[in-house]
Amino acid sequence: MEVETETTNNVMCLLTDPEGTPLGAPMYLPQNAGPQQLQQIVNKLLSNEEKLPYAFYITDQELLVPLGTYLEKHKVSVEKVLSIVYQAQAVFRIRPVNRCSATIAGHTEAVLSVAFSPDGRQLASGSGDTTVRIWDLNTQTPMFTCTGHKNWVLCIAWSPDGKHLVSGSKAGELLCWDPQTGKPSGNPLTGHKKWITGISWEPAHLNAPCRRFVSSSKDGDARIWDVTLRKSVICLSGHTLAVTCVKWGGDGVIYTGSQDCTIKVWETTQGKLIRELKGHGHWVNSLALSTEYVLRTGAFDHTGKQYSSPEEMKKVALERYNKMKGNAPERLVSGSDDFTMFLWEPAVSKHPKTRMTGHQQLVNHVYFSPDGQWIASASFDKSVKLWNGATGKFVAAFRGHVGPVYQISWSADSRLLLSGSKDSTLKVWDIRTQKLKQDLPGHADEVFAVDWSPDGEKVASGGKDRVLKLWMG
Amino acid sequence: MPQGDYIELHRKRNGYRLDHFERKRKKEARQVHKRSEIAQKALGIKGKMFAKKRYAEKALMKKTLAMHEESSSRRKVDDEVQEGAVPAYLLDRESTTRAKVLSNTIKQKRKEKAGKWEVPLPKVRPVAEDEMFKVIRTGKRRTKQWKRMVTKATFVGPGFTRKPPKYERFIRPSGLRFTKAHVTHPELKCTFNLEIIGVKKNPNGPMYTSLGVMTKGTIIEVNVSELGLVTPAGKVVWGKYAQVTNNPENDGCINAVLLV
Repeated sequence: MEVETETTNNVMCLLTDPEGTPLGAPMYLPQNAGPQQLQQIVNKLLSNEEKLPYAFYITDQELLVPLGTYLEKHKVSVEKVLSIVYQAQAVFRIRPVNRCSATIAGHTEAVLSVAFSPDGRQLASGSGDTTVRIWDLNTQTPMFTCTGHKNWVLCIAWSPDGKHLVSGSKAGELLCWDPQTGKPSGNPLTGHKKWITGISWEPAHLNAPCRRFVSSSKDGDARIWDVTLRKSVICLSGHTLAVTCVKWGGDGVIYTGSQDCTIKVWETTQGKLIRELKGHGHWVNSLALSTEYVLRTGAFDHTGKQYSSPEEMKKVALERYNKMKGNAPERLVSGSDDFTMFLWEPAVSKHPKTRMTGHQQLVNHVYFSPDGQWIASASFDKSVKLWNGATGKFVAAFRGHVGPVYQISWSADSRLLLSGSKDSTLKVWDIRTQKLKQDLPGHADEVFAVDWSPDGEKVASGGKDRVLKLWMG
Repeated sequence: MPQGDYIELHRKRNGYRLDHFERKRKKEARQVHKRSEIAQKALGIKGKMFAKKRYAEKALMKKTLAMHEESSSRRKVDDEVQEGAVPAYLLDRESTTRAKVLSNTIKQKRKEKAGKWEVPLPKVRPVAEDEMFKVIRTGKRRTKQWKRMVTKATFVGPGFTRKPPKYERFIRPSGLRFTKAHVTHPELKCTFNLEIIGVKKNPNGPMYTSLGVMTKGTIIEVNVSELGLVTPAGKVVWGKYAQVTNNPENDGCINAVLLV
């Protein structure tokens, strides 16, 4: 039989998880074993009840062929122990978007931000015509037009439980809306002296129902607000220049990036400064957390389950957060005007873990994939780059845009990446093949904001041509 | 001891004259009248110089006054909602030459097919042949008259080499050749110095088009890649048509308006 002839062609393999913890002892595997056989072994060793899909990587390259072919191709010694990293994949698959399902006019000025609610059932957009609009996703028509802001609505954010929507304007006031009625809940929250640059909610697993959120402003402050008390609870001041972005981490700390080249870490009960992360040589433009996607969606996952009580929601959210985080500390990545990015582990040290260089223009947006395995960065050098989320090593560059890339968004299964650019197109990139999957032309002007719905069904984009476009698979 | 120091020494010893400050004040008060007298009387270059100095002083004074005014008066800032909203991440960036994306490539093609153009200068003055060309006499006795020299501005492609003189019927003088044009974008209201790609149509006749003659009203193709215009499909537009709006042979430059 064949088995006898091939018994000699074994190779010593060590399976490890992404953090490097070995799974069992090194073992001999036949060289004709491919990813499928490895998947069976891992499922067996981890004693999973359901068979989960895994992807395998050898020195950061995905293994797609049987081991023997790989060894021959890359001339790896058969004598040494081959360490194979297994990585869990999402059990669901999201269809790539390939057509525009609706072009909805309504805004009378450029659309500056779009955001799906955490459960993916509602969509809101903020525009330069000073309104926030909430859209009906089933009929693809406008549902509510929320007027109240005095100037351009620059950013909007849903609370992780989907009960509130907060929008910040260029005049510096924040408004909280009820997504069910489209009415503002109370008067504008004033306090910031200049425009709002970012809003981030407190994660659902720390506090349910959601009450607190943090906003950053051009005036150099970040403020924590309470929706029920309707006032600013704490003012985080310390940055000497404009705060460009703010993130509320899963461990209950706030990260702010600023134009004064620093990132500050704040504690949220009293607003004390815990840590200052220095390293960038120019403005910090964007921050992203490895757990960001889970924090954004809270308790909602791909199954579309609804929760009745906040306590239950909190419990599920905590479960999801812990599962996502694993036993590694939370990672933070920052993109800057000095064309580089830094990967930090703020809980461990104040020094960067890795410096990620390669962009030839400023990095405008960085984003961790939902499973935390990848980092994507959008830059004004017309490219999107993909980096390893754990080590910060460069993986691939996606070229194809002919204008600066403004925003990116991940699909919930981490297999696809969406980018919107000044060249009026959206592009969908395949992470596995590292190639362009879909080109989505249609906007008549620059695309300012993109968002991929957490349930994966739809993509929304808005731009300078004043229309909101919905894309479907 | 220098002369001027004696008065200082005297002042040090005895102090100022009792009426010193009074006299000083009066002298200063008279100064205006004195200056105006000079201003009225000064003639010629002296008058001009004095007026210029006066003007500069006044302008400076006005500026300082305006500055003081500004610092003391309170105004509302940034209250109006402006046009052209940009997201927060672009607010602090200096606005580069932003060209609106013009989704008119389809329109342009359709127009091309119809052969009709809606152009800023619909009618042009016809240029007669003897104005366009100068007859050049050749031959040993200067009796042959088959050679012509173009007297208007021309565009000559980069790969052009002259024919041997025996066969060269039309001479395009190198002094009247142009490779760049000042092209105005009518919507952005700004002008760019762009490279000419070719002459699309000269309204005076197809022969002039093929010769690359640029008179007023000629449609030329220019390289707009540095403007960053994009087609709806997300490709960079590089060639676009423009119409010449001046008489290049008189002005020594080509001014054109982009057709959008």
